[in-house]
Amino acid sequence: MSNIDRRNFLKMSAGLAAGAATGEVLAQDKKAAAKPAAGVPTLNLKPEKGAKLRVLRWKRFVAGDEELWLANTKKFTEKTGIEVRVDSEGWEDVRPKAAVAANIGSGPDIIISTFEDAHQYPDKLVDVTDVANYLGAKYGGWYDSSIAYGTAHGKGKKWIALPMGCAGNALVYRDSHMKAAGFSTFPKDTAGLLKLMQALKAKGTPGGFALGNATGDGNVWTHWLLWAFGGKMVDAKSNVVINSPETIKALEYAKELYQTFIPGTLSWLDPNNNKAFLDGQISVTCNGISIYYAAKTSPDAKLKEIAADIGHANMPIGPVGRPTELNLVFPMMVFKYSKYPNAAKEYLRFMMEKEQYEPWQQAAMGYVTQPLKAYESNPIWTVDPKHTPYRDAMKIMQPNGYAGEMGYASAASMADFIVVNMVAEAASGSKTPKEAAERAEKRAQRYYKV
Amino acid sequence: MNRLLENRNFLGLAFMLPAAVLLLLFLTYPLGLGTWLGFTDTKVGRAGAWVGLDNYEYLFGDAVARLSLFNTLFYTVVASVIKFALGLWLAILLNQNIAFKSAVRAVVLLPFIVPTALSAIAFWWIYDAQFSIISWVLVKLGWIDTYIDFLGEPWLARLSTIAANIWRGVPFVAICLLAGLQTIPPSLYEAASIDGARPSQQFWYVTLPLLTPIIAVVMTFSVLFTFTDFQLIYVLTRGGPLNSTHLMATLSFQRAISGGALGEGAALATAMIPFLLAAILFSYFGLQRRAWQQGGTDK
Repeated sequence: MSNIDRRNFLKMSAGLAAGAATGEVLAQDKKAAAKPAAGVPTLNLKPEKGAKLRVLRWKRFVAGDEELWLANTKKFTEKTGIEVRVDSEGWEDVRPKAAVAANIGSGPDIIISTFEDAHQYPDKLVDVTDVANYLGAKYGGWYDSSIAYGTAHGKGKKWIALPMGCAGNALVYRDSHMKAAGFSTFPKDTAGLLKLMQALKAKGTPGGFALGNATGDGNVWTHWLLWAFGGKMVDAKSNVVINSPETIKALEYAKELYQTFIPGTLSWLDPNNNKAFLDGQISVTCNGISIYYAAKTSPDAKLKEIAADIGHANMPIGPVGRPTELNLVFPMMVFKYSKYPNAAKEYLRFMMEKEQYEPWQQAAMGYVTQPLKAYESNPIWTVDPKHTPYRDAMKIMQPNGYAGEMGYASAASMADFIVVNMVAEAASGSKTPKEAAERAEKRAQRYYKV
Repeated sequence: MNRLLENRNFLGLAFMLPAAVLLLLFLTYPLGLGTWLGFTDTKVGRAGAWVGLDNYEYLFGDAVARLSLFNTLFYTVVASVIKFALGLWLAILLNQNIAFKSAVRAVVLLPFIVPTALSAIAFWWIYDAQFSIISWVLVKLGWIDTYIDFLGEPWLARLSTIAANIWRGVPFVAICLLAGLQTIPPSLYEAASIDGARPSQQFWYVTLPLLTPIIAVVMTFSVLFTFTDFQLIYVLTRGGPLNSTHLMATLSFQRAISGGALGEGAALATAMIPFLLAAILFSYFGLQRRAWQQGGTDK
C-alpha cells in the first residue's frame, strides 16, 4: 500500500511533482497552462501494419457526443488507414464487460469505462505513460484527479489509463423558482442550500435528489454530501472510518434535506430526476448538463422556456471548506491482449488532440469535462454562462474511494450502494444516523478486508 | 462395425451422446463452476483462492443478504399463490364455451409474450413517483391528494413488484392449466352428474384430482421462474428502496458483476439452489403421490 505517496501527492498543487517525477515539463502558471504548449515533439507511436481496432465505449447521454466521436474516429481512419469499430453499450454494462475482458484476456482493444476500473486490473493494461506525458506536456498538464484515476496507485508515475474526462455534476435549478423563494443567487454552502430547499418546499416548488439504487445520480450526490461534512469511507491507510461524528453530521443534514424533497425520491433511479425536472415538477436537482441539453435542443416551446430558466451551480461547500464533488470519470484503457497496442495508443492520442477534442466537447455541449488543463479555454465553457460550472468538474472533484486508494474495494463498495443506502436510511428515518453509519461500516469492512 | 451397430446398448449410448454432451457442457459445467466459485474469493480480473465456507458465513451475517432472502421468499410465496389462484380461475373460465374462444385465449397469453424488459418498463412508468397513471387517475377522481409512492415505500414497493410479476405470470399458469383441463374426458363429468354431483363437487372430486399432475409441473416452473426473477426488479427498482426489493438473483448480480466479487455473488446464487430443489421435491412428492397418477392403480 502506498497511500502516503498518494496523500502527499494530493497535497501538491497542479500535479507539479508528479510531472517532475515523470520528467514532463508542466506549466506552472495557470494562464500559461490554458494554452497548448508549443514545441512539444510529436509522438511517434508507430502503429502496427494492418492494424484494426475495436473500441467499446459507454452509450452517449447527449447526441452530439456520439456524432462527433464517430466523425473523429472516421477522420483517424482516413489519416492512418487503421480501421476502427466503435461499439457503445449502456454505461453500467461497460464495467462488467471490461472486467470480463480483463479476466478472460480477450475483447475490444480499447475500453472506455467508468470510475476506477483501471485500478481493478492494472496489470492487464498497456502502459500509456508515453501518450500521457506527451498530452500532459502539450495541453497544460493533467488535473490531480486525472492523475489519480490514470496512474498506478495514483502515484503519477506509470499511466495505466488515459482519462477521457468526466461527466460533471452540478446543481441544476430553476432560476425563477429560486428568486420566488427569496434567493437572488444560488447558495455556496451546505447551510445555504438547506435554507433554499426549505424555502422552495414552502413555496410548493420543491427539489429532489435520487435516493434509490441509482448508480450515477445516487452515488454522486451522496458522496458529495458525506465528504462535504468531512466523513469518508476509509482513511489514507484504507481503514474503514465511515462510522464517525462527521458522517453522523452529514446524515443529520441529509435528514433535514430529505424533508424538503418531492415525494418519491427513495424510488428514483438515474432517469427520474431528469424526467421530473423537465416536467417542471422539481426546481433543484443534482445532474449532469444533460437536462439543460435536452431542454435547450428540444423543439418543444415549453421545454425551451424551462431551458431559459435553468441555472447551474457547483455543489455547495460543506463544513470541510473545500469542494467535495464526485464526478463520473471515464478512463480509456488499452488491454494487453490487444494485438495492436501502438495503434490503440495512437487512436487515443489522436482523439485527445485539440483538433478533435474541442469540437467534440462542443458538440456534447460540455457534457464531458476535460482532464487536461488547456481545454479550460475551450469556448464551449463561456459561450453560454450556464455551461461554466461544469468546466471545473475535474479540477475540483475528489476521486472515488477517498481518502484511500482506488481499487477493487472502492469499486465494490460503490457498486453495493453502501453510501447511497446509508444516506437513504438516515434521510428517510428508517434508521437513525448512528445505526445507518454502523451498518455502512459493517458492509464496507467486508470489501476493505481484502 | 456392423455388429456394433446392431448392439442395442451401444446404439443407445451413441444416441444419447449428443444430448449428454450438451447437458454436460452447458448445464453441468457452468453449474459446477458456479458452485466452485462460491467457495473461492475470486474477483473479476483475478483468480481466487479456496476459502471454504467463508462466503456463506459472511452472507449469513450480512443484513442485506438476509433481507434479500426474506424478500425472495416473500416474493415467491405471495406471487405464486396468487398466480395459481388466478391462473386456475382463468383456466376454468376459458374452458367454458365462450364467444371468440380462441381469440380470447390468445389475448390472455399476451402478457407472457411481451418481453419482460418491455413490460417492466411499462410498469416502471405505471409506478413512477411523478408520472404514475394510477395516481393520476385517482387524483383526478379526487380520491387521493398526493401521488402514491409505489416504489418508494419498502412494503408498497414489495407489493408493487409482486403485482407486476403476477400480471406477467398468470397467463402461463392459466394456459397450462387450461391444457390440463381439456385432457379430462367429458365422460367423467357426465358420470359425475348422473351420480348427482353438484358443480363444486365435480370440481373437487373430478377436476382437481385429475389436474394435480399438471398443477405440480406448472407450479414448479412458476415457482422457479419467480424465485429466480431478475429483469423485473432490475428495471423497476434495482433492489431499492433501502434494498427492500432486492431478490437473491439481483443482489447476486450486484455483488458479482457490478461489484466484482464473483465468489460472493456465486455463493449467493448457489444458496438459491437448496430452495429451488425443495420446491421441486415438494411438488414432485407432494402433488403426485397417488399411484394412478404415476401409471399404477390405486389400492
